[in-house]
This record gives sequence, C-alpha cells and structure tokens, in this order.
Amino acid sequence: MSGFKTDNKVIAWFDERLPIFSMLQHSAVEYPTPKNLNYWWNFGSLAGLVMVIMIMTGIFLVMNYTPHTTLAFDSVERIMRDVNYGWLLRYVHMNGASMFFILVYIHMFRGLYYGSYKSPREVLWWLGVIILLVMMATAFMGYVLVWGQMSFWGATVITNLFSAFPIVGEAIVTWLWGGFSVDNPTLNRFFSLHYLMPFVLFAVVFLHVWALHTSKSNNPLGIDVKSPQDTIPFHPYYTIKDLFGVGVFMVFFLYFVFFAPNFFGEPDNYIPANPMVTPPHIVPEWYFLPFYAILRAFTQDILFIPAKLQGVIAMFAAIIVLFFLPWLDGSKVRSATFRPLYKQFFWLFLADCVVLGYVGGKPAEGVLITIGQLATAYYFFHFLVLLPILARIEKPKPLPASISAPVLKGGGMAAGATAQPMEKA
Amino acid sequence: MRKLILTVAAAVLVAGAAPAAQASGGSVELLKTDFSWDGLFGRYDRAALKRGYQVFHEVCSNCHGLRLVAYRNLAYVGLNEDQIKEVAAEREVQDGPNDEGQMFMRAGRAADKFISPFANDNAARAANNGALPPDLSLINKARPNGPHYVYSLLQGYEETAPEGHALPEGMYYNKYFPGHNIGMVPPIADDSVTYADGTKATQQQIAHDVVTFLNWAAEPELDDRKSMGLKTLIFLLVLTGLMYALKRQIWKDVH
Repeated sequence: MSGFKTDNKVIAWFDERLPIFSMLQHSAVEYPTPKNLNYWWNFGSLAGLVMVIMIMTGIFLVMNYTPHTTLAFDSVERIMRDVNYGWLLRYVHMNGASMFFILVYIHMFRGLYYGSYKSPREVLWWLGVIILLVMMATAFMGYVLVWGQMSFWGATVITNLFSAFPIVGEAIVTWLWGGFSVDNPTLNRFFSLHYLMPFVLFAVVFLHVWALHTSKSNNPLGIDVKSPQDTIPFHPYYTIKDLFGVGVFMVFFLYFVFFAPNFFGEPDNYIPANPMVTPPHIVPEWYFLPFYAILRAFTQDILFIPAKLQGVIAMFAAIIVLFFLPWLDGSKVRSATFRPLYKQFFWLFLADCVVLGYVGGKPAEGVLITIGQLATAYYFFHFLVLLPILARIEKPKPLPASISAPVLKGGGMAAGATAQPMEKA
Repeated sequence: MRKLILTVAAAVLVAGAAPAAQASGGSVELLKTDFSWDGLFGRYDRAALKRGYQVFHEVCSNCHGLRLVAYRNLAYVGLNEDQIKEVAAEREVQDGPNDEGQMFMRAGRAADKFISPFANDNAARAANNGALPPDLSLINKARPNGPHYVYSLLQGYEETAPEGHALPEGMYYNKYFPGHNIGMVPPIADDSVTYADGTKATQQQIAHDVVTFLNWAAEPELDDRKSMGLKTLIFLLVLTGLMYALKRQIWKDVH
C-alpha cells in the first residue's frame, strides 16, 4: 500500500494490524483520477449517497411499520401523523426511490455516451446492470408494502406475469404469492425481502466500486490514462467536486420532499388496498414505465407463443441485452465525442426510452399501441443491429494523444506555459 | 454548470412524463381557485380551517368518516380542550371487555380517532341507497389534483342531466364525478351552514372552507413541512454556494 504515514503511534499500531487507514489513503485520497472528468461523473457517488439515505430512513420506518394486510396502510398513516418526524422519514424514503432511479439512469446513459462499458470495464458494467436489477426488485416490493390500491394491483399484475410461462407458470405464481392471490403471505415475504435486498445491493455496490478502482475511471475523452500528469488525486479535487454535486442534488431532492412530496406518486395509492375494486388504470411507478411499455407492445400470438409470454420475455430481454453490450458495440473508440454517427444514435436511443416511458404511462389504446411497438422495436434494433453495424462502418475522429494533450493544443500559449512545469513533476 | 442545469431539466422531463401522462384522465377541466397552502410560503388559513371543520361536522360527518384523524388533533383547528371532549362524546364506540367479560359502548374520548357514522361498509351502503360514502381522511391526496377536484365536485351538481344521459334512479348528475352519476345528495348550497365567525356562507365559500379542512385532515404536517423546507433549502443553497467557491479555489491550478 502506498505512502500512508502518521505520527500517531496508536493509529500506526492499528494500521499495521488492519490497514484501514492505508486503504483509505490509497483508494479515497491518493486514488489517481483522470483530471478531465465532467459533472456527469458525479452521479455514481450521488447514487451511493441515496442508497445510504434509503437504508437509514428504511431502518427507522420499519420500527413503526406493521406488515399485515389489515394494518399496513394504517401503520404508514400513523407514521405520517403520529410518529415524530415520521412524515419526513417517509417522504424522504418515498422520493428517495425516485431519486435513486433518476441518478442511476443518468449514470447509465453517461456510461452509454462515453463508452464506459468497453474493455477493460466489462465486469464493472455487468455489476452495474445487476445493481439495476436488484434496485428494481427492491423498489417494486417496497411500493407494495404501503398496501394501497396501486400497491395491491401493481403486485397482482406484475406477479401474474410469471403465469405466462408454459406449464410451470401457474405454479410459480402460487409460489410467489404464498397462496392463491396477493394476500398477507405475499405482503410478509415482500417485507422480508425488501429489508434483505438493500444489503445485497450494498454488497454488489461494493464490488462495483472495487471493479472501478481496479480498472479506474473512464473519462470524457474515452482514452486511457497515459502518464501521471493525466491524473489528479481524488482528494481534494474530486471530494470537493462531489460535495458540490451533493449540495445541488440535495436542493433538487429536498424540494420534492418538502414542497411536492407526492409528485412522483399515484393518488390511488392513498386508497387502502381493496381486492374487490380494480382501479380503472393500473400503472407502475414512473421508473418502470419504459419496461411496462415493452411488456405491453406484444399483442399478437405467434404460433404457440402467447402475446403475454412474448411481452414478458421482451421486458426481461430489454435489461439482459445490456450484459452483452460490451460485445455488441465493437468500436474500439469509447467516447461518443469521437464517434460522429454513434453520437446521433445515442440521442435517438435516449429519445426512444423517453417515448417508451410516455407510452407506458398511458392507457394502451389507439395510436399509442403502434408507437409503443415501434419504440420497442427500435430499442432492440439499437442494441442488436445498429451498434454492431456502426462499429464496422463508422469512421471515428482522430483521438487526442493524451488527456493533457487537447489542453496543450487548444489553449494556446497560456495553457502551454502552465503545462510545462507539470511535465517535470 | 450549464450541463448541470441540463441534467436537472432532463431529470424533470423524464420523471415528469409519468404524472403528466396519468393526469389527463379525459374528464372535465376542474374549477380554478387559489388555496392558502399553495406555493413555497403557503400555510393553512386558520379561520378557514375552523369554518371548514364546522362544515364537516354539521354536513359531511353525517355520512362520511374521518377515521385517520384523532379528536385531539382538532386542537390545531382551534378547538379548546372542552370543545374537543364534547365533540368526541357525540358518538359512541365499542370498548371492552370489562371485568365481567362484556363488551360495552362508551362515549368517544379525545384520544379516539374520529368515530365513523356507520359500523361498517355494508351498513353504510344499506343506509345510502347502495352507494358507499368514502372515508374523507385522505380524499385530497387520493384523487388527481385532489383539492381542486373536491372543490369542483361540491359545486358540480346540475338540476337535470344533459340530454341523452341516462341518470339511474336515486342518482344525481355531477359534472366532475367520473361517469357523472353520483349517489351523494347535493351536500351544500348557499347558507346551508351559518358560520360562527359571521362569514357569508355562499356555496363557493363553504366548498373552499371544507376543502381546506379536508386538506388539513390529509396533510396535517403541511405547515411544519413547508416551514422546515424553507429553512432547509436556504441553508443548502448557502452551503452549496460555499462549496462551489471552494471547488473553484481548489481546482484553479488544474488544466
């Protein structure tokens, strides 16, 4: 481990036996980071922060929550009304889920734009996709715990998807429910798993960060770090930059918590769950809407495969395809800055995801069905056809010689003058 | 910084697609009005809250429950301890078992939640021509654009249904109710209550006051929340500004 020195004998004694201080010095202080990271690189650490906020608020919410069909809804309302600052805990937790997805989606699109999934960061990317899957499962089950109308009917619709699988489908659904409908056993197991999953998530995030520190950060130019002058130590440069980002993010986050706490929510979930009354329009939380649109895009049975099963397979495939991304996109150039064609298709893909999200939130009727189907087709087209072709036909722009190089060239005399002493360093 | 603003805009755009998509339920446009608790500086109008409680107590509570609110909470509305005890004692609730093992009825107490007018949903339906008067504890949060919806609904009755609309027996026509056939008798009209504070009780005034009360019932924490929110955001903006200055200072030699 690199140069951790201390005059404090106690700390030195401890560090010889368990090198926690050396490790912090190595991976949070000296950790060499490309000096050209822009603000899109803030979103990973922000997502980590929200994960901690979610676990902390969650632990305190559990102290006052009762996982039983007859008591769950009222116990949440008791938190809102009678528990000291319970409304704050619950609104932070509830909006925190939306924030988590906003941050992670931005983080992922940043990765897509700058090619952060390419060699040598494939495993880092896989772990990210696993994090997304775990987050989705956790968020889905957490939403059920409130036991409002949308909790109940969302759980019913989503768990019923598994019935699409031939032969074993019905048995799987019964097994998931712990009975023959979404009921108390379902609520209890979701509660248990909702408490377990965040710690699984925490472990995968740890691996994600480990993989990051092994292959090091990508950067907006997408080129490798060539010499020490391309990097700066993580502290104080990126600690302060991340902290500033935290400030901006907290203003955004807490604005919703304090002034529009139910903005991301669904009014129907303030009606207690009622198995006898189906809401006219069942929608999942906003962060699932693109996938919900893909699920509903399949309306025709093909041979022996029912439309529902096609939808379920497509929905899972929409995420599974991300695992193969590092090989689907064979271009050796990482950053879209130097990929004139990919850059345009990146924005088209982002627009496609927004369209899917919009369609997912609307009733499936009229022209929206067709739009949803086209958008779904384009989603897979982008990954399976476009990216492999682009890698072959696209002529990338010339890459800069090093991370420091563009500054030397573009900045003229002044920049050249300041860069001189750094070369000696 | 420009990218940061773009980020926030993108986040709002993506996130906003959902509620915006759901808000358009295809129904009529709701009546416009301002509420005292709107906006960053909004707070409950205490006088309106008290009038609204009077409307709820004299009109709504005959059919609708408020089961998540406790009588003791009425202190916030402006009732004193004796008044609260008096209101609570108006209805009876089952308690027990006593020392003989018998369940018994006793008058409500300040610590009780509002006692609903009917023993259960079936009793409520039986007494209301098959329609179920919903509990109002969360009504303002449980409908899209809740406060404006309830405000409009209360004033949305029409004497006769428009031509071609088949109104079932015992139902009323309401412009804002989904499907337009509502089981609730038009609950308020001009002067259907006499306000203790002398305010002129127009239908609009009554609707506005009772919506204020119902919003408090749904979001009793709102005043605390907004005042804490203002302090928090001001603190955060200053802190973030300082951090930005510090960031510039630390980064000034990096090129």
